Amino acid sequence: MHNDVLVIGGGHAGLTAAITAAENGAKVLLLEASPKNMRGGNSRHTRDLRIMHHQPTKVLTDIYPAKEYWDDLVRVTNGQTNKHLAYLTIRNSANNVKWLQQHGVCFQPPLKGTLQLGRTNAFLLGGGKAMINALYHSAELLGVQIRYDSTVTMLTLDENHFVEAILENGQTIEASALIVASGGFEANREWLEKIWGKIAKNFIIRGTPYNRGLILKQLLEKGAKQVGNPKQCHAVAIDGCAPLFDGGIVSRVDCITLGIVVNKHAKRFYDEGEDLWPKRYAIWGHLVAQQPDQIAYVIIDAKSEKMFIPSAFPPKTANTLLELAQKIAIDPDALLKTVHEYNASIQPGTFNHTKLDNCHTQNLAINKTHWARTIDTPPFKAYLLRPGITFTYLGVTVNDKAQIIMADDQPSKNIFAAGEIMAGNVLAEGYLAGTGLTIGAVFGRIAGKEAAQYATN
Amino acid sequence: MQPIETLHEAKRILKICNACRYCEGHCAVFPAMETRLEFQEKDLYYLANLCHNCGSCYHNCQYADPHEFQVNVPQTFAQLRKESYVLYTWPNFMGKILERNGLWVTLVTVMSLIIFMLLTPILIGQKTFLGIHKNGFYGVISHEIMVILFGIVGISALIILLISMIRYWRAIGLPPLWTIRIRVIKKAVWHALTVKYLDGGAGQGCTYPNETPSLWRRRFHHLTFYGFLLCFAATTTAAVYYYLFNWKGPYGWLTLPKLFGIPGGISLSIGCAGLLYLKWKADSPLIASKNTGMDIAFILLLGLTGFTGLTLMFYRYVGFVGPLLIVHLSVVMSLFLLAPYSKFIHAFYRIIALINYELESE
Ligand SMILES: Cc1cc2nc3c(=O)[nH]c(=O)nc-3n(C[C@H](O)[C@H](O)[C@H](O)COP(=O)(O)OP(=O)(O)OC[C@H]3O[C@@H](n4cnc5c(N)ncnc54)[C@H](O)[C@@H]3O)c2cc1C
Ligand code: SF4
Ligand code: SF4
Repeated sequence: MHNDVLVIGGGHAGLTAAITAAENGAKVLLLEASPKNMRGGNSRHTRDLRIMHHQPTKVLTDIYPAKEYWDDLVRVTNGQTNKHLAYLTIRNSANNVKWLQQHGVCFQPPLKGTLQLGRTNAFLLGGGKAMINALYHSAELLGVQIRYDSTVTMLTLDENHFVEAILENGQTIEASALIVASGGFEANREWLEKIWGKIAKNFIIRGTPYNRGLILKQLLEKGAKQVGNPKQCHAVAIDGCAPLFDGGIVSRVDCITLGIVVNKHAKRFYDEGEDLWPKRYAIWGHLVAQQPDQIAYVIIDAKSEKMFIPSAFPPKTANTLLELAQKIAIDPDALLKTVHEYNASIQPGTFNHTKLDNCHTQNLAINKTHWARTIDTPPFKAYLLRPGITFTYLGVTVNDKAQIIMADDQPSKNIFAAGEIMAGNVLAEGYLAGTGLTIGAVFGRIAGKEAAQYATN
Repeated sequence: MQPIETLHEAKRILKICNACRYCEGHCAVFPAMETRLEFQEKDLYYLANLCHNCGSCYHNCQYADPHEFQVNVPQTFAQLRKESYVLYTWPNFMGKILERNGLWVTLVTVMSLIIFMLLTPILIGQKTFLGIHKNGFYGVISHEIMVILFGIVGISALIILLISMIRYWRAIGLPPLWTIRIRVIKKAVWHALTVKYLDGGAGQGCTYPNETPSLWRRRFHHLTFYGFLLCFAATTTAAVYYYLFNWKGPYGWLTLPKLFGIPGGISLSIGCAGLLYLKWKADSPLIASKNTGMDIAFILLLGLTGFTGLTLMFYRYVGFVGPLLIVHLSVVMSLFLLAPYSKFIHAFYRIIALINYELESE
């Protein structure tokens, strides 16, 4: 049985590519490592896509022009982006909502939980799993053959040309063209340990356990040109009670700017009030990773109650700081000292959590520059923090046809990439909410079309 | 699960949902949940009745089985709904009937069938019972007897229902009815009549029986509910004909009782058959196994009401008017008797929850 196009990875990018290839007349086989009920990779945890638009729509407010999108991208990546591919992504992002809607995906109007991003980002009704379910259904209707529990472990190439894929069980699968959409390597602990050393043992993986980077590694070993810093990953500080994998959004801890963060020696180690939370969200993973045992605690008091969305896990609560210190097993004297010094150094100001206010500390080794309020009103609460990895940046280089570029700088004629595995072309550093899916959507469509064209000609 | 366990389970799940909020666009439950950080018993019984068991937040939940969080809102809420029925039903001890509802509905229906079957032939004689009658089924049981019998049962059921509803109304903390703006009530009733929250949030429909959204559940619900209303209208117009105009049945094809009754009976039968089919097909995690008896008994009872009523319309052609009427009357009697003690009450709990929701959203 011959396949025109083989897609590895059944997340959002792989499904987009598979659907597009099928719509362009190709016979498509999609291989997904997970069982059916865990399908969808990291995409099942997503919420929104960043969309360029020139007028308000039902699901997006105001406007978000290409130039502003580009500026945002340059800012978060420190310029680590390929301008040509970035603009390709930005311009084509305008088609994402319609394309998804045509394939059964629904969006919700900006609501309570989504307001701050309602201008730039379109929100999936029901979240990523709803989208994934719709896309699988759509792919099935188009005759895409889908196989679950099918991990590809090896690829055979003949001079930059894909020949066959080998499954875990030894089965080989040939196809005229290959689309890789198998995500990053964030769930591969050995690989993480190689980069980060022992501390990686204490990292929590926020998404799927199936993104182990097997295909990425194969391609890099077989001469694909890499993109993105292999030592970088997107890491945020999440609730330390989260499960080792797949904890997703509910392990988010959103109260760092409201309190103080101490390590296990009860020492503060960074300015908690440096900037508005969304802008500083992503630095705390690395900060916590550098602390002993890779843990830290946010301490807040009753004044901060109800000012943030709580994580799914109950914090430790106590009526005195002494008791709290005992509950989280850190030295009570040290904690009291830290809190005392912090309280004593707070300058008068008017608290306003929605902007950079003037509540700050003075004369501390590490000052808190905004939203500094005394911690003195019981009950006190402590959230355990650990580094949580969202995704890795290392990927394969592609051109604007989504073909992967080989070591000799020539594109492979029949290997295409979409999604996280090539996101580093656009976003080699930093993160801009909603670009992960947008890159997958744009390159998924390109890869699907190009692969189908190549395979059927 | 014991009630207390279900409450715990609901609290556990809602903590997760409240940190997630991905489902906020699907229905009223999530926006209502987001305004609370802690969940008391009354909040849970309120939210549970706001849930229409559409399935969306199960199929679209990244934390559903096999994830270790095992989030299943529809199943937990279905269980909780039933517990709220048991809890607020008046008088309290009658709540027992709701606990093993399938059994009770069957029992009551069979009992009324037996009683009607035994009594009627004795009262009117075997021959009349099995024959065809000139003045329709009133030849079998007189109009007066029917009106008195069903009138008494119906009115008692209504009173009991009303008391139970007041109990639930108060329990979830709603202020007195007359203090609530008409606008609020109107909106809630409109959302109930259109079954707004079976639309999935964007009109795509609910993920019932499986993960692909579909509007069939809502369509079958409409057929059932409006079919029931038509049947009710048929009976009412027949009574008006009889008492106000002294027109005696059987009525012709172009009279109101027939014009309401025939489409009503057909609609009710199809609607119930459809709902049963969907329930049979539904992915098992959507179903709270302890509710199955109650759910199925109610749909069957309604469906049979429609279907037997329909056959009765055609009795002139099939004969056996006596037995047909007896079956129909037994089913209707059971429906009336058990109105406050069967899934019939879900409609009222739902409306009250919807009123609370609209009130809170103001
Ligand atoms: C908690 C969380 C929230 C996020 N929220 C957002 C958001 O709101 N918006 C946004 O734009 N981005 C978000 N992201 C990032 C986003 O998830 C990714 O950018 C995007 O999903 C990548 O899509 P993909 O299809 O490339 O990869 P995935 O969706 O991860 O799919 C990869 C698939 O490949 C399969 N696979 C892997 N290896 C193999 C193999 N060897 N053989 C066969 N199959 C294999 C995996 O099982 C998986 O199903 C979030 C990420 C996380 C972790
Ligand atoms: S049901 Fe699942 S996806 Fe929906 S809000 Fe709750 S936890 Fe989130
Ligand atoms: S099952 Fe449907 S109606 Fe019930 S809470 Fe979930 S989404 Fe809302």
